[in-house]
Amino acid sequence: MKYLYVAAAPEVAREDHLLVRDLLGTAFAAPVREMPLPGLDFAYDAGRRQHGSIPVLELLSRLCPADAWKLLAVTERDLFIPVLTFVFGHAQLGGRAAVVSLARLRQEFYGLAPDRAVFVERARKEALHETGHMFGLVHCADRSCAMSLATNVRHIDEKHAAFCAPCAARLRRVDGARI
Amino acid sequence: MKTHWQILVVDDEEVMCESLAAWLREDGYSVDTAASGHEAVEKSRLRDYAIYFVDLKMPGGMDGIETMMQIRTLRPDASIIIITAYATVDTAITAMKEGAQEYIVKPCNPEEISLLVNRIIKVKNLQRENTILRKKLTRQYVVHDIISKNPRMREILALCHEVASLRSTVLIQGESGTGKEMVARAIHNSGDRASKPLVTVSCAALAETLLESELFGYEKGAFTGAEQQRRGKFEMAEGGTIFLDEIGDIPPKLQVDLLRVLQERSFYRVGGSQEVRVDVRVIAATNMILHQAVSDGKFREDLYYRLNVIEIRIPPLRERREDIPLLASHFVDRLAHELSKDIGEISEGALKLLMDYNWPGNVRELENAVERAMVTCRNHVLTEDSFSFLALNGIAGKAWAAPAGMTLQEMEKVLIVSTLHRTNGNIKESAAILGIDRSTLYEKIKRYEIPR
Repeated sequence: MKYLYVAAAPEVAREDHLLVRDLLGTAFAAPVREMPLPGLDFAYDAGRRQHGSIPVLELLSRLCPADAWKLLAVTERDLFIPVLTFVFGHAQLGGRAAVVSLARLRQEFYGLAPDRAVFVERARKEALHETGHMFGLVHCADRSCAMSLATNVRHIDEKHAAFCAPCAARLRRVDGARI
Repeated sequence: MKTHWQILVVDDEEVMCESLAAWLREDGYSVDTAASGHEAVEKSRLRDYAIYFVDLKMPGGMDGIETMMQIRTLRPDASIIIITAYATVDTAITAMKEGAQEYIVKPCNPEEISLLVNRIIKVKNLQRENTILRKKLTRQYVVHDIISKNPRMREILALCHEVASLRSTVLIQGESGTGKEMVARAIHNSGDRASKPLVTVSCAALAETLLESELFGYEKGAFTGAEQQRRGKFEMAEGGTIFLDEIGDIPPKLQVDLLRVLQERSFYRVGGSQEVRVDVRVIAATNMILHQAVSDGKFREDLYYRLNVIEIRIPPLRERREDIPLLASHFVDRLAHELSKDIGEISEGALKLLMDYNWPGNVRELENAVERAMVTCRNHVLTEDSFSFLALNGIAGKAWAAPAGMTLQEMEKVLIVSTLHRTNGNIKESAAILGIDRSTLYEKIKRYEIPR
């Protein structure tokens, strides 16, 4: 039996951890397990005042349990890859590890009043998006699909927390991925 | 259409290189990396990348500007984006003057890169579509457009190039679907007559009298209905080339007339008494073995030798199997645009299937098979399943034969097992492929004790 693992960094609130866990449990017809994740301070880049997503993915690859089908990590840290100013998340395309950053999904990040409902929707969409990449899906041209590329929160808000029919069909063809 | 476009990321810092490459791959592009300017130039020799992301500062005696200049010499149409962490006005001006499409500073906003790549690809898609449509419209194939790595075909293409500007008659022989007309067009378009007309006549399509008036034209009153003088195809091809397809089917009387045109470069219109002189190159083609037709007395020997000045025999596709992957990829590439399908690859299994198939209809059949597979494909990749109709038609090549002594029931079991394997055990899909209903499939699985 293979499991979808969800690992939350220590700074992630329990309710946000559960939010992602429950989402994967309902979106993919596979058992979901939780696992602990150490703090991500090792990935901090003082020059950029952000955390590198590449070392985080390297850590996840090392920690990935043998019975893990995929491992999705969640963090409050703002992530980057060297060539870009930030990323909402980062996945090994067709691999087993991915990470989602909740930092830029919150209204507070943009100086706005907190809005839990907006945040929850964004987190669901990004968790689906990065998981989709782990299953080999690339960005989708359908702007309403969870796999469409979002380079700002406005794009995230435009899409749905669901895969479009062609992406869902591709997922179904992936070895055992039942949605 | 992203998978068709290849991108090369050039940066000596591996983490920079790989992170940008990975990000672009997530966006659906096919991405290669190079760790130096020298490596980038070598890679650009081997592959025609649509976009190059080149880091400005690289060690090893070749910086980003120098790399860009060398790539532009090899690939003038390439779009090159200079990327740097140390932006200055001077380097930006130099980069743009030397032909960089964009100059961006890293780290970049993801939106900036996404918009930039989308904009370039959009233009490239339009340019490619325009080229394909123009070529389709005018069918202006040149020798360079014919794809092959088969030694015999390479010799033929070299010969086509050599004889393109001569006036000598060419006889092209080959099975149906091997591309005889394409070779004829390539010879015409690659030579001095390219700006003059290429007129095609299918000799098998018309009755003897019609073909005569079609080729040589007629005078007013030559026959009932000839209300005015009409020029024939030979006159229409003046200064250019006439392509006589299926020359083996030409009737005996016209063989004599044609021989005269080839000898004298002149003829009479039907019902006419005035000699018409023409400067026309003749390229003839046939799928018959013409010297056999001569031996059988069906084709004039003197005409055969007049036509056979330069002989080109196009090998059937089964004798140049190494071209199958090349041609299949070419068709996928072209048809993806025509059919608006985001399909960029053919799986290894599918290629093996295509390589094993016998292709009695040659390149034309391969093109049709790829088109059929693409129309029904719902993925980015053509797989064995996409070409299942080749196997299902029972014509999956001579390579396949039922093992001797196998019973019909054993055969049925093997087919069910392989279909279930291909569909990952999906009963509904397997039943649809096998053309039976689900309950029948369940019953057979039980009867043959097929493990699930």
